[in-house]
Amino acid sequence: MRRYSVFAIAREAMRHHLGWERAWASPEPKKRYDVIIVGAGGHGLATAYWLGKNHGITNVAVIEKGWLGGGNTGRNTTIIRSNYLQDPSAAIYEKARSLYETMSQDLNYNVMFSPRGVMMLAQTQHEVRGYLRTAHANALQGVTTEFIGPERVKELCPIINIDGPRYPVLGALWQARAGTARHDAVAWGYARACSDMGMDIIQQCEVTGIRREGGRVAGIDTTKGAIDCDKLGLVVAGHSGHLAEMAGFRLPIESVALQALVSEPIKPCMDVVVMANTVHGYMSQSDKGEMVIGGGADGFNNYTQRGSFHHVQETVRALVETFPMVSRLKMLRWWGGIVDMTGDRSPILSKTPVDGVFVNCGWGTGGFKAIPGSGWAMAELMAKGTSPLADPFSMTRFREGRFIDESVAAGVAH
Amino acid sequence: MLTFECPYCGVQADETELSPGGEAHLTRHGPESSDEAFEGYLFLRENPRGVHFERWRHSFGCGKWFLAARCTMTLEVFGTYAAQTTEPPQDILDKITGRRPGWRRLG
Repeated sequence: MRRYSVFAIAREAMRHHLGWERAWASPEPKKRYDVIIVGAGGHGLATAYWLGKNHGITNVAVIEKGWLGGGNTGRNTTIIRSNYLQDPSAAIYEKARSLYETMSQDLNYNVMFSPRGVMMLAQTQHEVRGYLRTAHANALQGVTTEFIGPERVKELCPIINIDGPRYPVLGALWQARAGTARHDAVAWGYARACSDMGMDIIQQCEVTGIRREGGRVAGIDTTKGAIDCDKLGLVVAGHSGHLAEMAGFRLPIESVALQALVSEPIKPCMDVVVMANTVHGYMSQSDKGEMVIGGGADGFNNYTQRGSFHHVQETVRALVETFPMVSRLKMLRWWGGIVDMTGDRSPILSKTPVDGVFVNCGWGTGGFKAIPGSGWAMAELMAKGTSPLADPFSMTRFREGRFIDESVAAGVAH
Repeated sequence: MLTFECPYCGVQADETELSPGGEAHLTRHGPESSDEAFEGYLFLRENPRGVHFERWRHSFGCGKWFLAARCTMTLEVFGTYAAQTTEPPQDILDKITGRRPGWRRLG
């Protein structure tokens, strides 16, 4: 692989950009791999990357039904933060956030990580108490956050109306080293690095069956033929339940649509990410100038990647109240993604009842921020059978009543 | 927008009038049952890609719970029926197989 650098740009500028090579290869599948990962989104590719990088396992295939990074990796609002209440969540999200800091250097691929700061507004007394509690918990967990007052909120983000009629801003939970990154680049960067380690990324290849022999995984059937493997990782977000059914077990997952939208590009007006959880809306400004807006998830099972219009109305109504200047903005694009929600709104990184099959899913509405940490933990789990970051997220926690209850902690989709 | 006919008051109710209540026809398990059964009742769901039997409440109408059959891939609603039903009624099943030949109920 040729490294990307300022010299490479200069060299290519001299010869009409004819020397750029493909970022990753698109081979036909081999008969057998040590590890197959199903799902070439951020989490699947990060798992493959850390399997190679940390554990020396490079005879790996990443199988993708559609195209690389074409699911929720390319559909989220790119927010990265780690200010969670529960210790296992803070650990894995902070690991991910810290890996984002050096990702561009590690992958030699500019993922445009921008630690611009994330502010979660407290707009009720209940939220003030909740975020104070989270700030204290974060201090114990080694996650740098602070609770700031309304004046500081206004100073950091002048376009906020802190004296709103329904929900005045009473303060905010501020994480200065949180931020955003270019979502597609995360998938592309990992794909390039995986391909460079000799892994096969196989797109347009749907898994049609999972073969088992004596309670152990033997391989998968795909639209490009049968492939054998020692270990299988299912990292397919919204479609996890469907694949689990092929492998013969059930997951505590329900799939719902989560929507986002972006406005026309405008001049720079906010350089932080603001989340307003009481009124259910969050917003940041992309480098292109578009306002990137996300809201809450629908309440009913849905695989259509289309959500309900009234949810978008609620989100926009809330944002207009908090940011009066956006009221005249035109919206450019509006889309939905299928997110996999668990009972406690925390992910599942786990062994399964089928030997050799591992599952990484249930990231719900907050998967993008976790990509590098999730891949790190999943790779360790698949290589060693145990991982300090992943073990609390085992799927047996539902039977054991050992929830990681972030739906209470966040009080909202996160 | 999703529209269901409320089987009690007979009105065509918009999604904004309703609250979703998750999968229907769950077998309830209580304190005497095994851990597996209790986990299944509380957390494990069919989550099908296709026909889904589900609970809805006509929150901003008559306030009553009812059941519906809906496709999660197309959002097509096959029909609604009363909540006091332990299995989907035959006319709903017929409607589904009419629209989805070869369809079989999971579980």
